[in-house]
Amino acid sequence: MTSETGVETHAEARTAARRRAMRPTSTGRVGDRIFASAARGSGILVLAIIVAIGVFLIVKAIPALQKNQANFLTSEVWDPNAVPPKFGIAQLAFGTVMSSLLAMLIATPVAVGIALFIGFYAPKRLSGVLGYVVDLLAAVPSIVYGLWGVAVLVPHMDGISRFLNTVLGWIPLFGGDSPGKSSIFTASVVLAIMILPIISSLSREVFLQVPRSHLEASLALGATRWEMVRMSVLPYGRSGVVGASMLGLGRAMGETIAVAMVLTLVPGINIHILENGGATFASNIVNGFNEASETGRGALIASGLVLFVITLVVNMAARAIVARRKEFA
Amino acid sequence: MTSAFGSVSPARRIKDRAAAVFMWGAFALAVIPLVSVLWTVVAHGVGRLDGDFFGHSMNGVAGRDPGGGAYHAIIGTLEQVLITSAIAVPIAVLTAVYLVEYGGRGRLARTISFFVDVMTGIPSIVAGLFILALWLLTFGFEYSGFAGSLALTILMIPTVVRATEEMLKLVPHELREASFALGVPRWRTICFVVLPTAFTGILTGVMLAVARVMGETAPLLLTIFFTKAINNDPFSGPQGSLPTFIWDQASDPNQNAINRAWTGALVLIGIIMLLNLAARFVARRFRPAGR
Repeated sequence: MTSETGVETHAEARTAARRRAMRPTSTGRVGDRIFASAARGSGILVLAIIVAIGVFLIVKAIPALQKNQANFLTSEVWDPNAVPPKFGIAQLAFGTVMSSLLAMLIATPVAVGIALFIGFYAPKRLSGVLGYVVDLLAAVPSIVYGLWGVAVLVPHMDGISRFLNTVLGWIPLFGGDSPGKSSIFTASVVLAIMILPIISSLSREVFLQVPRSHLEASLALGATRWEMVRMSVLPYGRSGVVGASMLGLGRAMGETIAVAMVLTLVPGINIHILENGGATFASNIVNGFNEASETGRGALIASGLVLFVITLVVNMAARAIVARRKEFA
Repeated sequence: MTSAFGSVSPARRIKDRAAAVFMWGAFALAVIPLVSVLWTVVAHGVGRLDGDFFGHSMNGVAGRDPGGGAYHAIIGTLEQVLITSAIAVPIAVLTAVYLVEYGGRGRLARTISFFVDVMTGIPSIVAGLFILALWLLTFGFEYSGFAGSLALTILMIPTVVRATEEMLKLVPHELREASFALGVPRWRTICFVVLPTAFTGILTGVMLAVARVMGETAPLLLTIFFTKAINNDPFSGPQGSLPTFIWDQASDPNQNAINRAWTGALVLIGIIMLLNLAARFVARRFRPAGR
């Protein structure tokens, strides 16, 4: 063990020295200075864009927020075009968080299963092709999922909703008298399919990093394949999987068109997610944009700002988890 | 699972089997929607895949009318994606060059790298709202294909940065060192040694990114608005695009409109899958030397 780490630090020191040698601070040539500052400028531009997104959304949201007659955070009404305008994000926040959390809960076990399947169960020669097949799910545009959801999934959800309602009806979430097809639950099934590839490909990457020696050691000790996965792969990849599923959560929160097509708008928070209705930040924006007055647009921008902040926090947390893992690896 | 030391106990064997079944099942579960989506799109879309669809716009065609096409939308999408690439690729490649060649492990490079990752998670609708707030409401420009391109640029930059970064890291240090040893300045080394070596990898990344932004609908609805007529000028007036065409036709209750939406979806998926396949082909066929 000591010799191994010794070798590693030595190699690291060598690459570090190489990097330093490769990086003369400046040769002073004009071409070099121009190119270096162009590269650095592009990098800074990327940071500037993120800051600008926040700033401009705030600037354009403030006038509408000042005219708002309802509590922006707690009101369930969305009526910014009326005089006086009244709007609040409570229903949107509920719909967004509920649908994407459910999507994450549905997608994560399946995605981890896929990652393990491709990594440890499928024939080695096929793993590249199978990974590509799963990635194809990510290539299908949101609008096509929406079309498909309305034409294929929604009719099929009727039976599933009724079944869940009868079996799990004692849980308030799955309760209600009239389970429907265009519900938050249906939206979260569509979202789960859409975030499946990102969770599974990130989990796969993490599982690939598990040292071969750990796998071989557990097999040599007589573990079955499942025991190898449970004892050496899953503990190693746990935080990576958590990070991946949080990234999926962030993705699901911002997903717009498919959700907008599947959901039917019924005002007010409905805790029974199997019943028709519900709205998310994103679906509300595309549905309301065309009819929006100036204040209406401001209100939509304000809700977009909230979405931006939420996804930013979720993403940063997820990236931090994934990055911390990398340092240990 | 028998070995020289005897067989595995039944309980463990059953667990092992059950786990294997779960893994196979998970994969099958992912394939079902993929096959279903592709099948439905092809089955519904192939009916209107005719000359009219590619040769005509929707100008003067109502939802219930047969005929009509997506010419205006296809033109719009191609122009918007081209402009998007023209803006996003240079910025993204330069950013990646900074991260790999200049930044090292400095604080600025680490910050940029972190926020590029965060940027991949920005919802597309927020990118659209940003351009709406900045370009249309603050600067006062009108709806145009170019505004849509700006929104797509925000979504494209992080993907291309990541792809380029990975490729630049694969370029062997010896190549750079050899170039430096010959007295070649740093910027020429990057432009004429490093980037050409990584070129096919970067091209693959760009193609995948193009395929990704091509299907974006939400930001376009807020920035290019909507038109049924052909508008070849991406810099003035509302423009069509395939995703917004599908969105519009799908929200019409008439069967003729819905058929057009499906054909639009088929064309869109077709282009995206072609780009994906081409990217794989490029990646496999032209692997960078020295790997």
